[in-house]
Amino acid sequence: MAHDIDSVFKALADPTRRRLLDRLHRENGVPLGALCTDLGMSRQAVSKHLAILVAANLVATVRRGREKLHYLNPVPIHEIAQRWIGKYEGDRLRVLSELKRGLELESKEE
Amino acid sequence: MSKPSFVYVTYINSSPEQVWNALQDPEMTTQYWFGHTNASNWEEGSGWEHRRGDTVRLAGTVLEVDPPRRLVLSWAAPEDTENPEKVSRVTFEIEPTGDSTRLTVLHEELDDEMMKGISKGWPAVLSNLKTLLETGQTLAMAAKQCGDE
Repeated sequence: MAHDIDSVFKALADPTRRRLLDRLHRENGVPLGALCTDLGMSRQAVSKHLAILVAANLVATVRRGREKLHYLNPVPIHEIAQRWIGKYEGDRLRVLSELKRGLELESKEE
Repeated sequence: MSKPSFVYVTYINSSPEQVWNALQDPEMTTQYWFGHTNASNWEEGSGWEHRRGDTVRLAGTVLEVDPPRRLVLSWAAPEDTENPEKVSRVTFEIEPTGDSTRLTVLHEELDDEMMKGISKGWPAVLSNLKTLLETGQTLAMAAKQCGDE
């Protein structure tokens, strides 16, 4: 599948592509021309990087009349967070609630 | 023409019909939308509501229905449905892609307040929907990330 997790990490393992994502994070829904100007790169170079980001589903495009607008798609990164970080969040909350229970028990016993 | 403010794309290992059904079925929406239910008769021009229990959280009108490809809803807080400034629009597009289905959610004409609410909400809801359709389970820990007020 075009959007498997390997393609997401490969797409992210390049500073120019991360700059492209940062650019879209600042302002979403921009045409190719604006991205080229901001990154100071040729259309050809930016298109090549965008194709990799699109294949990894990190960027989605929408046609508006004659323009093709590029959007940062946060869904794959959310899935990565869910897969690894979500678990630790759960543990942290559990530890906190055990600490709270422990402390409350202690203060009752005093 | 105004720009869409947010676009979310997820690929789900499921059929377009199953994805279409999951957007409208009250029981399924309750499972992946963190206890919120979408209710409507899903006919063009009808109202729809996004509820938690008996409380209406969002409401709007069903603008376009083209099963199993395209569903367009107006989207607002229940007190804002008559205020054009506060009404946004959500388009769901469903396309088969080889062995899976591509679901695109376009959320347009957002005001700042609604944008804050949805920018964290959609990725959580959509990855939960994907997990539900693919495994029959939902992500237990995701609920609090939805920014449920």
